[in-house]
Amino acid sequence: MNAPDPRQQATRRTLRRMLFVAVGMFGFGFAMVPFYNVFCDITGLNGKTASGPTQTLEEQPAATDRTVTVEFIANLNQGMPWEFRPEVNKMEVQPGKAYTVRFYAHNGTGREVVAHAVPSVTPGLAAKHFHKTECFCFTEQKFGADEGRWMPVRFMVDPELSDKHNELTLSYTFFDTGARTAAAPKGLEAVHPATQTN
Amino acid sequence: MTTATAHEAHDDHGPARGLSRWLFTTNHKDIGTLYLLFALLMFFVGGSMAMAIRAELFEPGLQFVNPMFFNSLTTMHALVMIFGAVMPAFVGLANWLIPMMIGAPDMALPRMNNWSFWILPFAFTLLLSTFFMEGGAPAGGWTIYPPLVLQTGDAFPFLIFAIHLMGISSIMGAINVVVTILNMRAPGMTMMKMPLFVWTWLITAYLLIAVMPVLAGAVTMLLTDKFFGTSFFTAAGGGDPVMFQHIFWFFGHPEVYIMILPAFGIVSQIIPTFARKPLFGYSSMVYATASIAFLSFIVWAHHMFTVGMPLAGELFFMYATMLIAVPTGVKVFNWVSTMWRGSMTFETPMLFALGFVVMFTIGGFSGLMLAIAPVDFQYHDTYFVVAHFHYVLVTGAVFAIMAGAYYWLPKWTGNMYNETLGKWHFWLSTISVNVLFFPQHFLGLAGMPRRIPDYSIQFAEFNMISSLGGFAFGLSQLLFVYIVFSTIRGGARATDEVWDNPEGLEWTLSSPPPYHSFTTAPEVK
Repeated sequence: MNAPDPRQQATRRTLRRMLFVAVGMFGFGFAMVPFYNVFCDITGLNGKTASGPTQTLEEQPAATDRTVTVEFIANLNQGMPWEFRPEVNKMEVQPGKAYTVRFYAHNGTGREVVAHAVPSVTPGLAAKHFHKTECFCFTEQKFGADEGRWMPVRFMVDPELSDKHNELTLSYTFFDTGARTAAAPKGLEAVHPATQTN
Repeated sequence: MTTATAHEAHDDHGPARGLSRWLFTTNHKDIGTLYLLFALLMFFVGGSMAMAIRAELFEPGLQFVNPMFFNSLTTMHALVMIFGAVMPAFVGLANWLIPMMIGAPDMALPRMNNWSFWILPFAFTLLLSTFFMEGGAPAGGWTIYPPLVLQTGDAFPFLIFAIHLMGISSIMGAINVVVTILNMRAPGMTMMKMPLFVWTWLITAYLLIAVMPVLAGAVTMLLTDKFFGTSFFTAAGGGDPVMFQHIFWFFGHPEVYIMILPAFGIVSQIIPTFARKPLFGYSSMVYATASIAFLSFIVWAHHMFTVGMPLAGELFFMYATMLIAVPTGVKVFNWVSTMWRGSMTFETPMLFALGFVVMFTIGGFSGLMLAIAPVDFQYHDTYFVVAHFHYVLVTGAVFAIMAGAYYWLPKWTGNMYNETLGKWHFWLSTISVNVLFFPQHFLGLAGMPRRIPDYSIQFAEFNMISSLGGFAFGLSQLLFVYIVFSTIRGGARATDEVWDNPEGLEWTLSSPPPYHSFTTAPEVK
């Protein structure tokens, strides 16, 4: 096959196209990461709450006597010998008013640990109506050996919350991030800052 | 190797002799044979793991293996069966048959064809070697969900690179199929005249090219999460483990159609031959296959109804999933209509094809039940799911592969298989496979979770029945090996047509076909 054979040319063209699709789909797999995070940020799906303190949060007078139950859950990532609990298990709150709840964490490891709490709100669709002005989850928390302390969360439920949702659950999971942050750069934040969820 | 001597009898230049024939071959028939034998070997490797699983589950309590090893067995059983047995078997059939069916001399890219096969033994050596490593073989399930899979020991990078290699092999195989079908058809072989096996493989190949790279991306992210400090799926660093499930199932759902569409093609070749009628609704079969392939991209989250999706998401994925029953139903009705008032005979390939139609449909219906989001909360991660996917994969994909093997084995080897033994193989397999998997529906509905080595005693009876069926099914497959190898070695001579007036170009060749067939393209009217 030394002369340009039309069939061979067609074969090479199809081959190039298919390789292009395969490489493109490999990229698409990675593109799903920012897509997913942007999608969740916009829609508030997946219980992701706003990625920082809500800046202009003004208390509004309650238009109705509606109350919403907010439940608090504290979880530890597996294998952490910590104590971590909310001060109360639930609160009745009025939308438009700000409240403070405290969480207690105690590092039982006997060494200094940098930990990070990741919040999640269920039902997921209500997450964007749950605002936090102050939260221990916005920054990494350093705990000395056997140190325990109370940490506040100041939050407000948006009056625009659909009246289908009368119970919200705010859950925190504590992760030991000490080793990770010390050892290596964080890949995701470098690529796409918006993906940081705290 | 005995086939080599048979070939040389009517070949001007036959294959090379000895081991180098198989190592360096670029012949589609040789590579097809290698794929099929490799798949058969892996079928027994994965099957022996299944035997160990069923032995452990024979009675409540821990008998033979420790729980960690049990989890390794379920994980490796799935990986070996999916990537080592079912997929290579289909690629092997594609290699053997597509050039003969479209009137081409060989696959379009023979050198790449050799490479895509010879990657596989290395991939599975990597994967199976993990059994002997510190920390054991991967035990986090074949779905490799983080954060659990990130706790895998030394085996983890081997798992990831094995998946990469399998993916590269599948993508190369699929590209070869697409290029061959689009460019190598004989004059007159228009797209809508192609045999349905060729059509289903063309669509399967597109699915493979679209989703295997996505899996490669997902496992690469796992690798960097574990070793390079990224946080794609690590919540502590701002990642999201649920996102892995979305990416994985974006690959995973098309993957299940990759494992069933070629089976549809095989059955669509076999039923018309033994019903002695042309396939009913050829073009609707083609469009149904394409619809299933399209729908497979928009239903993935039905595997994860319980992760806490909003109602709108649950409803969308529920309805989209149920929509797949429409084109699948078109296919089942077409097969039944093909047989309607046909002069049917029941040779072994037909029996396996009929078994496929009936039992695949059972699996399809349990799939519809699982698609219903509110009830999926009960069924999720129970033995009901295990029963469902084994009905579609064992009595679906594997039965279709066996049907295809019996149907084309006389063509490939020039010898008839032993029909009596073939029928024994079918009936033993069919009865035992139902004893094996049907009780698992009841176990699942009663609440037995999957992937556990021990269970509550109310599940004891059904598990014992299921295990007995499992041992019987496993032993029955030894009969298949005996039949295949005795057919390769000898037996009654097969005619060129083998069956009663079958349709397709492959039957115009001699049995066995010459080493290089269709060197001058046949004319298709």
